[in-house]
Amino acid sequence: MLAEALFFSAVLFTIGVVGVLTRRNAIIVFMCVELMLNAVNLTFVAFSQVYGVGGQVFVFFVMTVAAAEAAVGLAIIIALFRHRQTVNLQNVNLLKG
Amino acid sequence: MQPSLPLFYTFNFYLFGIVAIVAALLFVTRKSPVAAAMWLVTTMFALAALFVMLDAQFIGAIQVLVYAGAIMVVFLFVIMLLNLGHPSEVADARGRGWKLTAGAVGVAMLAQIFALTRVHIQPHIPAGYLSRQIEATGVVAPIAGPLFNEYLLAFEVTSVLLLAAVVGAVVLGRRRTATDAG
Repeated sequence: MLAEALFFSAVLFTIGVVGVLTRRNAIIVFMCVELMLNAVNLTFVAFSQVYGVGGQVFVFFVMTVAAAEAAVGLAIIIALFRHRQTVNLQNVNLLKG
Repeated sequence: MQPSLPLFYTFNFYLFGIVAIVAALLFVTRKSPVAAAMWLVTTMFALAALFVMLDAQFIGAIQVLVYAGAIMVVFLFVIMLLNLGHPSEVADARGRGWKLTAGAVGVAMLAQIFALTRVHIQPHIPAGYLSRQIEATGVVAPIAGPLFNEYLLAFEVTSVLLLAAVVGAVVLGRRRTATDAG
């Protein structure tokens, strides 16, 4: 089942990347990042069957970092919304040349 | 892996994998953020089932508790708080150029990853070792051992990371009042 799990993981990661590139809603972009993290977790778990349980420990750390990232990222989105009254990334162009 | 897997296992593995991919596709194509979040929860549940089938029962439980339970609830809470359902926020897909770029990047990444998955992988542990270990010592012990021995420093650093995230979220989420100097 290793090859199949890697296949599913690859497809999920690619869907996440395409979502980040095509959506403008900051919250949906953020959820796409979570989807990519989940896809990577699937790879870790699949490889832990052939390389030992270290992969599952790594999934643990990835989940912790994802939780911290969600907390800070959503706080940033709320601050952004207070500032601009929108979460559309097209209106967040202060750094655009 | 064991040389011959029962048909039931194989069928369910493919079933949950396909459910995860279809739900992810629906997730990136939904216009409403709430519907997108719901489909993402479906993807995460299907992934939890895949984790359980890959001898990671504890990770599967944590996936449901932390990802589908906690993180997605926070997302939904923020969507509700910002009231993002109204029409001006709904149609948010980027233009044709961005879509073509994203499609090209997606195809290129898929090709790369498929090429990588065709590489023959030399197993470092014997087939079925993990499931035998779980049968012998339970679901949590095989993870807890390395987590509190080899990875103890990383585990402790993680607590600092979480503290920093909590402080950062509070500072960012705080409403500025007139008495604040900044």
